[in-house]
Amino acid sequence: MSGRGDRCFELTAAGAAAAAIATLGALALLLLVYSWPSIARYGLSFFTTTDWDPVAERFGAAHFVYGTVATSIVALLLATPVGVGAALFIGEYAPLRLAEPVSFVVELLAVIPSIVYGLWGFFVLAPFMRSSVEPALRDSVGQVPIVGTLFSGPIVGKDLLVAGVILAIMILPTVTAISREVLRAVPDTQREGMLALGATKWEAIRHAVLPYARGGIAGALGLGLARALGETMAVTMVVGNSSSRITGSLFTPGYTMSSAIANQFTEAAKAIHFAALVEVALVLLLVATIINLFARLLVSRFASGPVGA
Amino acid sequence: MAAVSGALVARRPLSQALPGELRRRMVDRIAMSLIASTALLGCAVLLFVVSYVVVRGAPAIDVAFFTEGPKPYGEEGGGVLPAIVGTLSMLLLASAIAIPAGLGTAIYLSEFGRGAFAHAVRFALDLLAGMPSIVIGVFVWSLLVRQVIGRFSGIAGAVALAIIMIPIVSRTVEEILRLVPDALREGSLALGVPRWRTIVGVVLPTARAGVITGVMLSLARAGGETAPLLLTALGNQFLSFDLTSPIASLPVQIYNYAVAPYEDWHTKAWGSALVLVSVIGCLSLVTRIATRRARL
Amino acid sequence: MRDEEKRTQTTHRLVTRRRLLALLGGGAAGAVLAACGGSASPTAAPAATSPPPAPPTKPAAVATSAPVPTNAPAGATGATPAGGPATKPAGAVSPAATSATAASAPAPAAPSAAAKPAANGTAAPASAPAGIGLIKGPFPGEAQTLTGAGATFPAPLYTKWFDEYAKLTGVKVNYQAIGSGGGIKGITDGTVDFGASDGPMSDEQLKAAKGEILHVPMTLGGVAVTYNVPEAKDPLKFTPETLPAIYLGTITKWNDPKLVADNPALASVNKDIVVVQRSDGSGTTYCFTDYLSSVSADWKSKVGRDTAVKWPVGIGGKGSEGVAGEVKQNPYSIGYVEVIYAIQNKLGTGLVKNAAGKFVEPQLDGVTAAAAAAADKVPADLRVSIVNQVGDGVYPISTFTWLLVYKNMADKAKATALTRLMWWATHDGQKFSTDLGYAPLPEAMVKKDEEKINLVNVNDQKAFPGQ
Repeated sequence: MSGRGDRCFELTAAGAAAAAIATLGALALLLLVYSWPSIARYGLSFFTTTDWDPVAERFGAAHFVYGTVATSIVALLLATPVGVGAALFIGEYAPLRLAEPVSFVVELLAVIPSIVYGLWGFFVLAPFMRSSVEPALRDSVGQVPIVGTLFSGPIVGKDLLVAGVILAIMILPTVTAISREVLRAVPDTQREGMLALGATKWEAIRHAVLPYARGGIAGALGLGLARALGETMAVTMVVGNSSSRITGSLFTPGYTMSSAIANQFTEAAKAIHFAALVEVALVLLLVATIINLFARLLVSRFASGPVGA
Repeated sequence: MAAVSGALVARRPLSQALPGELRRRMVDRIAMSLIASTALLGCAVLLFVVSYVVVRGAPAIDVAFFTEGPKPYGEEGGGVLPAIVGTLSMLLLASAIAIPAGLGTAIYLSEFGRGAFAHAVRFALDLLAGMPSIVIGVFVWSLLVRQVIGRFSGIAGAVALAIIMIPIVSRTVEEILRLVPDALREGSLALGVPRWRTIVGVVLPTARAGVITGVMLSLARAGGETAPLLLTALGNQFLSFDLTSPIASLPVQIYNYAVAPYEDWHTKAWGSALVLVSVIGCLSLVTRIATRRARL
Repeated sequence: MRDEEKRTQTTHRLVTRRRLLALLGGGAAGAVLAACGGSASPTAAPAATSPPPAPPTKPAAVATSAPVPTNAPAGATGATPAGGPATKPAGAVSPAATSATAASAPAPAAPSAAAKPAANGTAAPASAPAGIGLIKGPFPGEAQTLTGAGATFPAPLYTKWFDEYAKLTGVKVNYQAIGSGGGIKGITDGTVDFGASDGPMSDEQLKAAKGEILHVPMTLGGVAVTYNVPEAKDPLKFTPETLPAIYLGTITKWNDPKLVADNPALASVNKDIVVVQRSDGSGTTYCFTDYLSSVSADWKSKVGRDTAVKWPVGIGGKGSEGVAGEVKQNPYSIGYVEVIYAIQNKLGTGLVKNAAGKFVEPQLDGVTAAAAAAADKVPADLRVSIVNQVGDGVYPISTFTWLLVYKNMADKAKATALTRLMWWATHDGQKFSTDLGYAPLPEAMVKKDEEKINLVNVNDQKAFPGQ
């Protein structure tokens, strides 16, 4: 009797669990089916051509891929030092009384919805970047050969750089929270050994803690990257939404894969345009998934790996 | 012992320091201040964003803001009642889908899950959790808006939100259920209580706070989602409780108001953001308090 | 001791691992941590601040600088060299445009100066009493809600209409301005009850739809060429040669001889032109590229016309406001937006040389004249392009904007509500047009609309109940 009840209960629970797999399967399948016309028609050239021409029905997503990569790199470059630094502060320096509120505040950044960052970026950050930061960058770093190309050209205020900055803020809590946990997992013997040898705290961190935590921090960054790739609304509002050219300058208005979908999805009246957009979604799905899995692997291997040192 | 020697090094007065050591200690100081400033920067950004939302949003908050619908383009006044109602009703339906599904999954994973199937479920949940929300929007559009329902609707929006909520609920609850001591289960089973009643009557109530936490976290996340709703629920300038039709939501309203050319709408966008951030902030806070009480 | 240490480390590691996995599991990184045994924290919650009491809302954004009413009769000499230099600084709107601003002010202002001349214009608007007042209130059995989506171009007018219509009949018409491309896609897939577009659907698009689609013109508007050139005191003049060249990237400087020929003031402006366009699918883009295609073979072959095209040069703004915003923020830029958006953002609007060789401002009279000039070319399906029409007062970048509906509908309640709505909008609703900067439909077009509305049917039964 109780056996039957148990069986039913287990089956029900298993059914709920299976729903997750079913959803994922249906999702991948449906995207594949809907994007098939585009996959079949453009093949690999979809990723190598920059044409996104609804009139001539030529679709190449290189612009969107470029925009996604560029904004994500900017975001990572900015969020890494701040995120890991904040994690070091919380985990290594701050007394508990200070560490907890700081980590709480940083974690709250994760709670604020994307659209609110978008609003803030649209009305506050973008004008500020246009009027202050970007002209300063252009007049200083922009004059340096080679690197200067990144900071050249007309300043619009809605561009890859601004999108990168917003993304950096949005992935900061992810990077901080996971880095902190990774640091916490570093055995104290690592630190104590260095300190016993007369090293300063920074030297202990630099030579014992960080090398030990390297893999885990890389995983934290990977998870941040995965989040940056898929972010939509905040980016859409500040990235400029233009795919006219790739200039190499971060001051160029661009498109990311997600913002292209958000902008054009409900408007793609031509079947092939629609299929091309779904293919962009499929690519986004694959890339985000791969990076996510890889990062998870790094972090969980770090968390469960054999004791080092 | 190690700590003591470290402290000794640190305490030696600077005047007695060796030249090389002086440099090292300078570097140490600089590193510390840099690291402290990064933490400060992180906090400053949050305060900056939140204070903007409060300062710019507060002027929009009045009675009409909560009791009226939007006015036609360019006309002043009105409010965001339809968006608030829409967000709440979609969250309600999304919860009705996601809580049973998430709980069931969590129970399966923590109480029964072994072997390849459980592994696959965890893998699927991980992938769903890391899925860009716009992709979920594309999926739900393709499945429900285009095929099954055939129109933009609140139901489609709620399903999209539910897909976002399920992995959060199930993974959080699973973790909590695993923390429930086995002794409780064994005690109950030893008394002859069937397994399913043990789970429903003993394990779940013990983990109650954690379950509520998981649900609230998922609500906080889903309540702020915009991208999937743009593709599924569309929007509505009239008050509507009908989930089979397009329905407004706060995040979409913020987006539409922000990019429109009317100053009054910009203020309302900030006001809506204030409402959203307040509610989500409260949810997070309550979650924290609940967690703390549960641990006491 | 070694063992002891190892054990503590292992425990430590297990706890940490659990926390890390928890982090990975939830998605909402930090917050999940808190749930899964993160140590208790102080109650500081900056986000949860309760809002302070609200001061009164701000005054209108659409503040007009100087409502200078111009009474230039329609169709007469649209080539008016723009009122006078008057009080406006560089980049200010031209007086004629300003009059429309005054009219578009949110207050239910009395029919303003701008409304009168349009009413006396060449093509008399739907002032004919026939059909007006037919819709008096609720109708038994009609659907209480309708959903439409599409063009941003007429959105200010549509939302005004639907607000009024809800008061009159109780039918709530939900309109979402997601772009003309979205309107076409919505009606094609049947995900909305009606679509709205400023560009007619192509034959190919009509074939893709689930049934026969009717185009019902609702109102008329003009696409303004707007710019930000501080040196230009008078409205700049653009020609069918210079506009395509600028957007093709063959004219790149403001002091290009071709531009200076019509605008001596530009001779000293040695600046790059920053070209701005729409990034989303847009009927405004359709109208603008339709115009460029009709005046430039080069444009037609290289780019073509559509709601979204591959722009040779320039930066993109999302929606009409996005374009207006970019132009406003970027000195020496040029863009195109529906007139009302240029006015609201106080941008300079250029004169465009029409097919008759006259420079015309983007105002109601010029738009009405364009519709009148095209009156006898309207095809049976009403998919008429009115760009580049011949006539002295014609503003060449003008367009109708359409509702897209299925001729054969399945839902009787919805068909009834929809046909009544369209009847009301094309008759009673026209009186709201001029106040918002749109041109009322010519009477002949209203008659054609009536025919279309009467075609809508459910199982071969006419849907419009006639009241």
